[in-house]
Amino acid sequence: MVELTLFYLLAAAAVASAIGMVATVRNTVAAAMSLVVTMVALAGIYVLLEAHLVAVIQIMVYAGAIVVLFLFVVMLLNLRRDEFPPLRQRVSRVVGALVAGAALVPLLRLFADGLPDPRPLPPGFGGYAYTGRALFIDFALPFEVTSLLLLAAIVGAVVLAKRRLD
Amino acid sequence: MIPLEQVLALSAILFTIGVVGAITRRNLIVILMSIELMLNAVNLALVGFSRLWAQPDGQVFVLMVIVVAAAEVAVGLGIVIALFRNRESVNIEDVSLLKW
Repeated sequence: MVELTLFYLLAAAAVASAIGMVATVRNTVAAAMSLVVTMVALAGIYVLLEAHLVAVIQIMVYAGAIVVLFLFVVMLLNLRRDEFPPLRQRVSRVVGALVAGAALVPLLRLFADGLPDPRPLPPGFGGYAYTGRALFIDFALPFEVTSLLLLAAIVGAVVLAKRRLD
Repeated sequence: MIPLEQVLALSAILFTIGVVGAITRRNLIVILMSIELMLNAVNLALVGFSRLWAQPDGQVFVLMVIVVAAAEVAVGLGIVIALFRNRESVNIEDVSLLKW
């Protein structure tokens, strides 16, 4: 019962802050802060779903690194008052509402049928040892390939953001 | 125990909000944030299914998705900075050169 109440609270916070992020027109920093709230609420839901390692990584990488990177860029570019004209705002709102309906209704219908009952959890499920064992034994090769991806991203980001010297 | 149907419904709602943000906003940085939101919605569904089948695979996928998201943001924001240096703007209306 407590779990369910917590879930509804966190879900409401996640949805409200996600809508806030999308709807904030004036201030990009406010949008980034709304994104942090969504990330933290989702981390709470991960804990309720017995994914403790993922919850910790979510806080560290998303709320910690990614949103800080966003804020860093927003402040670097000095975008406090963004001048985005209301041009075509009404059209895009209508299109947005249509897309929302077209995407949401089939997705929700898909899950209305009901799922099988959750399997019983093995001891330690979702903890560092359990998930880490899966990551480093069953998924060792994908894990190593990930490092290549990160290397490419580092090089790409440096090359893109480098000041032109000529 | 949280009903998994509601977790998946929340995931669908968050994904839809992300889609709407990505197609209606004009600020390139907010579009990137909306893409992050969509990735998070997918992560939530993966964690939910991981709980449903009591398998750690879904959580490992989530870790991979987080890595991809971090790489994507680093490169995407690098592009934003390069764009701002050339155009003094992050409004996508100003960079519609390749738009049919």
